[in-house]
Amino acid sequence: MGALTLTQVAKSFGSTEVIKGVDLQVEEGEFCVFVGPSGCGKSTLLRMIAGLEDVTGGDVKIDGKRINDLAPAKREIAMVFQSYALYPHLTVRDNMGLALKQAGVAKSEVTAATDKAAAMLSLDALMARRPAELSGGQRQRVAIGRAIVRRPKLFLFDEPLSNLDAALRVQTRIEIARLHRELGATMIYVTHDQVEAMTLADKIVVLRAGKVEQVGAPMELYNNPANTFVAGFIGSPQMNFLTAGALGLQSDTLGIRPEHLAISREAGQIAGRISHVEKLGGETLVYANTEGQGLLTVRLFGEHDFTVDETVSLTPDLSRAFHFDATGQRLR
Amino acid sequence: MSQARHSAFRSVAAHAVLISWTVIALFPVFVIVVNSMKSRKAIFADPLSLPGPGNFDLVGYTTVLAQGDFFQYFLNSLIVTVASLFCVLLFGAMAAFSLSEYRFRGNTLLGLYLALGIMIPIRLGTVAILQMMVASGLVNTLTALVLVYTAQGLPLAVFILSEFMRTVSEDLKNAGRIDGLSEYTIFFRLVLPLVRPAMATVAVFTMIPIWNDLWFPLILAPSEGTKTITLGSQVFIGQFVTNWNAVLAALSLAIVPVLVLYLIFSRQLIRGITAGAVK
Repeated sequence: MGALTLTQVAKSFGSTEVIKGVDLQVEEGEFCVFVGPSGCGKSTLLRMIAGLEDVTGGDVKIDGKRINDLAPAKREIAMVFQSYALYPHLTVRDNMGLALKQAGVAKSEVTAATDKAAAMLSLDALMARRPAELSGGQRQRVAIGRAIVRRPKLFLFDEPLSNLDAALRVQTRIEIARLHRELGATMIYVTHDQVEAMTLADKIVVLRAGKVEQVGAPMELYNNPANTFVAGFIGSPQMNFLTAGALGLQSDTLGIRPEHLAISREAGQIAGRISHVEKLGGETLVYANTEGQGLLTVRLFGEHDFTVDETVSLTPDLSRAFHFDATGQRLR
Repeated sequence: MSQARHSAFRSVAAHAVLISWTVIALFPVFVIVVNSMKSRKAIFADPLSLPGPGNFDLVGYTTVLAQGDFFQYFLNSLIVTVASLFCVLLFGAMAAFSLSEYRFRGNTLLGLYLALGIMIPIRLGTVAILQMMVASGLVNTLTALVLVYTAQGLPLAVFILSEFMRTVSEDLKNAGRIDGLSEYTIFFRLVLPLVRPAMATVAVFTMIPIWNDLWFPLILAPSEGTKTITLGSQVFIGQFVTNWNAVLAALSLAIVPVLVLYLIFSRQLIRGITAGAVK
């Protein structure tokens, strides 16, 4: 229950095309993450699946049933919003139970469902409070609880962690992953944070300017990017892109991850000067301004004593490098 | 507290400006109230003196209250004001919601058309309005006044409220849609409570001109049964003799209900209830 199929889905506002023919298959029970820079259309696509935006072309199907023109409430979906969007005038219990109450479910069943969801999210002690009396993390848990109570075919998350602080974000991320395992439900999750995408997803959909750039499992995208955009977007810190010609190579652009760039004080292929060093304890990031290749990032494991303005040489590990043509497509 | 933001001089200067403005604004009201409690002779002899043992006289109030219809005038004013206010707020908010929430052809144009009403005084259409009221048999009814005042108040209400409604979280409305709330429930239960301060602002701006209006009651509903308080007070103003005690007393009394309404709404202005709804 809960497979989603998009066929040539498109959306335009007047003459502006925002979503340009997206094809996608999300299997039942899969955790699918839409990722991309701001303005790439990922939220719009999610809202089209939710029925909050009209679909101007193509088909949206849940379990094989076309739902293009169905009202949001009838699609058997639940959505968690970035701003939580809790009803300010209702208690936590009523917030969570409202959808079932609207659907005409018996009161005892609503109570049972909300209690169960509350137990899953340890919200039991907060049931009588109003949203104003909750902290940000608690509000987001209530919003997630509200989604769980409906037992939807499809969970939709619209950047749910963006408003939380860093520690809470990691914690809630783990909680969402646990919920996904426990509920076995299909989830679609929108984020611009590639770490969230990598850690949560079974399947990542990378979007750019309303088009799907690549679909695949996190490690598939990491190890096998289809083009420079995906290569640059997945992985942190970002992949370095070098002009291949200057290194005497055939391809147009050479992509090399910061961990596959060797740094040396003595000899190497690319000369440069260190412009900044970030020491994180477990790893050290060195930023070097190079002649002809611009600013490159080197990621070293452990602690290293590089200092700003030191002259260094960098050498890419060509066996781990990616080759791209002039249009940014990967050469294999 | 930083010195820069709380210098004594600035604070004194700001208070001086505000206090002098308040004094200027309240002075006419003060003169009316003070003189309403004095004898006729004292009003003319020394209009600025306070009512004291020598000149204290409530003859104005007794005249006004003895004039049997006065309570009726009050009631008429109150009915007209409250009913118009209700209509303006309800229809204004609904129109504002649809203008700010839904994308449809001519949305912007319709918004501009409604805003045009702010700039064109409704009194320019008095003759046409009177003809319409005569044709529909509404002359000398309170309904006529309510209709006209609703039309008069709507443009500003739509304009202010639609700006405010744009600020209501999109996510909140969408959450309601996904939970199966109807558009009406979303409007009444989610959006309206969040724009309450704006509603109060609109209410105050709408209410005062209606309460104070003399023009339309005089033209559309001058009959004894439908006179409003402002029109009713005019009975004491004659071509040759004016009963100043009664006029001032009537005006002083007329301030009270509108002041009460204002206090009710201003509480809403101050209280913010959006805290915690959305981050």
